[in-house]
Amino acid sequence: MNVAVPTAESPVAQRLYRRRSLTNTLALVMSCAAALFGLFFLFWILWTTVSRGIAGVNLALFTQMTPPPMETGGLLNAFFGSAVMCLLAILIGTPLGIAAGTWLAEYAGARRIGTVIRFVNDILLSAPSIVLGLFVYTIVVAQMGGSFSALAGSIALAFIVLPVVVRTTDEMLRLVPSQMREAALSLGIPQWKVIMQVLYRSASAGIVTGILLALARISGETAPLLFTAFGNQYWSTDLTRPMASVPVVMNQFAGSPYESWQVLAWAGALVLTAFVLLLSLLARAILLRNKISHD
Amino acid sequence: MTDAPFAISTPTVGASVRAAEAGAAPKMSARNLDFYYDGFHALKGVNIDIAEKRVTALIGPSGCGKSTLLRIFNRIYALYPKLEAKGEVLLDGQNILDPSYGLNRLRGKVGMVFQKPVPFPMSIYENIAYAIRHYEKLSKAELDVRVEEALVQGALWTEVKDKLKQNALGLSGGQQQRLCIARAVALRPDVLLLDEPTSALDPIATGKIEQLVAELKEHYTIAIVTHNMQQAARCSDYTAFMYLGELIEFGATDKLFTKPAKQQTEDYITGRFG
Repeated sequence: MNVAVPTAESPVAQRLYRRRSLTNTLALVMSCAAALFGLFFLFWILWTTVSRGIAGVNLALFTQMTPPPMETGGLLNAFFGSAVMCLLAILIGTPLGIAAGTWLAEYAGARRIGTVIRFVNDILLSAPSIVLGLFVYTIVVAQMGGSFSALAGSIALAFIVLPVVVRTTDEMLRLVPSQMREAALSLGIPQWKVIMQVLYRSASAGIVTGILLALARISGETAPLLFTAFGNQYWSTDLTRPMASVPVVMNQFAGSPYESWQVLAWAGALVLTAFVLLLSLLARAILLRNKISHD
Repeated sequence: MTDAPFAISTPTVGASVRAAEAGAAPKMSARNLDFYYDGFHALKGVNIDIAEKRVTALIGPSGCGKSTLLRIFNRIYALYPKLEAKGEVLLDGQNILDPSYGLNRLRGKVGMVFQKPVPFPMSIYENIAYAIRHYEKLSKAELDVRVEEALVQGALWTEVKDKLKQNALGLSGGQQQRLCIARAVALRPDVLLLDEPTSALDPIATGKIEQLVAELKEHYTIAIVTHNMQQAARCSDYTAFMYLGELIEFGATDKLFTKPAKQQTEDYITGRFG
């Protein structure tokens, strides 16, 4: 039973060590290359958006309506429409989503129905947005005599917001340690009050981040709006009438042969990208600040 | 369970329970208490009296049921499905396991502090005021007095009186735990349940909590679960030794630690197992 224990200096150990450092270097190089590959395209996209879009960014972009072909104009009605419909979608989707997520995390317990709802919600989360658009077309637009409306657009977008908010609320609440619930409940405070006043506070940063990311997602959605809000060449604040939106205008203008439209489409793309980037940064900042204050 | 190192006969507690009663009146009593975790028999016919304005320590190896017993006293176990308590737990003569005994009324009388300090994500002041406000309508001045009183009782006032508006999460672990104790006593409960309150704390913070427990027993009936036998010996009047879901021995702390009646108790306190 004379087993030779290899020491650090033994040739065997030396060989092993060399091989491991080589493998390590190789793995490092490969993962860096993969990351750079992804980043390369990301920056290419950003660069193209900025270089092509910057030409169209001027005061007129934010003060004038979408022009007829061959004429100059801006995207004011589209920006306004996007803002109104996104905001309305958040207003519809958020309370519902928070309520549903709260039920899942706090009341569903081990019940099967909770698991089923989570599963269905995940399906909704990954449902193609054009399907949601068609669905809302059937249940809202077609019922209203086939008239497209900003309201229908908002409802379609709300269907995208809903599962995101349900998921984040559910997950953020479940991240709150059960001791927090026990501590609050053991003071004799009823469960609904504990949820509203203690657990939401704990989970708020995560939930707000989820809402912001949902907003970022819907602000760039085209498909759900094609059959619902449709689009509008003119200024409109009427929720029961078609309304313009940035992604739909981009879809229309970018594919057109008119140069003035193409410039506006790129400018819209740039503004939209900048908006989404800002939202993501804001979401990160909120999460980060919350993390620090918890340590 | 068949390979338990020793067999336990059920009616072992009678004598020591009476010994405890001789010292002080019982505030809470468990009578033939059984507890099941989804069918697993975790507490077996436990009978125990928690003496009024005394400290009762529950000791025993991990999994012996001491925390389970404590968590029945304010029915916090009811938060989770598939848990069931059978038997009686009397608080001032009323059975708290009776479904008609209001859960929040019970928890207003029986406060609890947990192993891990869990301050609520709000200011130090709000941590205390939050629960008081739920029970009483007080003016700002009255509330200030109550918050101060609770923090003084929690031995935290001098350390935090100048930063009441700061987030409680910024306090140290030991301070957070004293805040949790202050939060529980702010409601002026009858009974205070402490579930291994110092196991996440350093020795200095532990010392402060133990000193605090000694002061608090003037006003409150205290039951404390601890892994630390020295702690039980230091700060309790009565000690219950539990093993595998049964109450093996219960009596005055000095007697239990110096002249235990049962071989199992002696084995445990001398460190032969557990």
